[in-house]
Amino acid sequence: MEEVVRLHASSGTTGKQIVVGYTEKDLDTWAECCARALTAAGATKHDFMHVSYGYGLFTGGFGLHGGAEKIGMTIIPVSTGNTQRQINIIKDFGSTYICCTPSYALYLAETMQEMGISKDEIKLKAGLFGAEPWTEEMRQEIESKLGLKALDIYGLTEIIGPGVAFECSEQGGMHINEDHFIVETIDPDTGEVLPEGSQGEIVFTCITKEAFPVIRYRTRDIGILKREKCSCGRTLVKMMKPMGRSDDMLIIRGVNVFPSQVESVLLQLGNTAPYYQLIVDRVNNTDTLEIQVEISPDMFSDTVKSLEDHEKAIKSAVESTLGISAHIRLVEPKSIPRTEGKAVRVVDKRKKG
Amino acid sequence: MYLIKQISIFVENKPGRLKAMTNILKENNIDIRALSIADTKDFGILRLIVNDPDKTCEVLKNAECTVTITEVLAVGLEDKPGGLSVVMDTLFENSISVEYMYAFFSKLEGQASVILRVNDNKMAADVLKNANIKLLTSEEIYNM
Repeated sequence: MEEVVRLHASSGTTGKQIVVGYTEKDLDTWAECCARALTAAGATKHDFMHVSYGYGLFTGGFGLHGGAEKIGMTIIPVSTGNTQRQINIIKDFGSTYICCTPSYALYLAETMQEMGISKDEIKLKAGLFGAEPWTEEMRQEIESKLGLKALDIYGLTEIIGPGVAFECSEQGGMHINEDHFIVETIDPDTGEVLPEGSQGEIVFTCITKEAFPVIRYRTRDIGILKREKCSCGRTLVKMMKPMGRSDDMLIIRGVNVFPSQVESVLLQLGNTAPYYQLIVDRVNNTDTLEIQVEISPDMFSDTVKSLEDHEKAIKSAVESTLGISAHIRLVEPKSIPRTEGKAVRVVDKRKKG
Repeated sequence: MYLIKQISIFVENKPGRLKAMTNILKENNIDIRALSIADTKDFGILRLIVNDPDKTCEVLKNAECTVTITEVLAVGLEDKPGGLSVVMDTLFENSISVEYMYAFFSKLEGQASVILRVNDNKMAADVLKNANIKLLTSEEIYNM
């Protein structure tokens, strides 16, 4: 234990926190992995790195901090909270890189708009966003609102933290740091290893870690591996954006539902704000799904008919994507809680009983 | 001007929402001339005619409410049986459809007022005027 120089803990998405230890060499490996992610995003020592991931037991803040330090970037360790102040710092310090959760990136964009600051007044070039699943549509939204290149970064505390895999400027999947982690996909039901290129649960084995090495660690993330030389020049195998975590996955009336599917639908419809929440309940032994969607000024009019038309459009698009019926409920703006960490997309009331 | 600015507000069906909105109006000294609420299972639309629609819209927006302004017509009627039926006859004969309407007492002796939301304001105003039905101007309503 005297070799362990740091402890972190998982964010507890599945309910229980897992505490992990790092040796000095582990911290260096971790910083190297995150430095690669930043380099792939084009960052150099001339850049300013705004870290709005939380610093603490959560690995986000310290992980990217270590990577940025290795490159020699100028780090602004803001951590979470006080969004208006964060925006002033981005603007005044001329931050060129940022890292946070994708939902917080959207929240920053929204707050910036409210403060009357346009994206031309800030200098962000790219952002590394991770720690929660997000969609291609959300990427476009973040890119257009903040005027930056939005890149995905992937990791699990149990493996090392952020930096297990990272997107390059190609934006077509995340390169896995294979010299540190062996990756495989398995059939989540049988545990059988699947051939590369088939969809399955992603499993990692640490080969260089000292304090907390794991073997064939099941991530619960469903994804696909692709091995081909990337146009960026890297040959590291790529994992396609996870389809969602298997523990994010809801089973409603026997159908697998990922909250990210709902998000895609809403963003495709255009005039709704990307703020939503799934409320799952069980009434008379039948699962019910209610999707609360915040109304946007564009969709509001003085007649009930037109609002009901919007509800119907969302309902039919959601139902055709999910394959199950859902009750759509329009709610007032800002009534769905905003979080500075992970967005609460699902309220499953069935778990009470 | 015979076009009246009506404020519509999205109201979620949960306790305290109407109270919150009327409090905002009170704090900003806004006087309500007429109101109606359309209710559905999950939400309602509160429609208001006020003394100062632009200010009302602004203060509600600042309070993060979803608000829109719609132009409606206001007709002044003699407060007696059959008063409204003449208006409906005229609109029907000219194939103008009414989305919704609501009435309120006027401060003028013997007169009732009706807010009309129709599919074509200009045409409705013309045919009502031709039928000698009195349209109230925005000044008359706001300063009532």
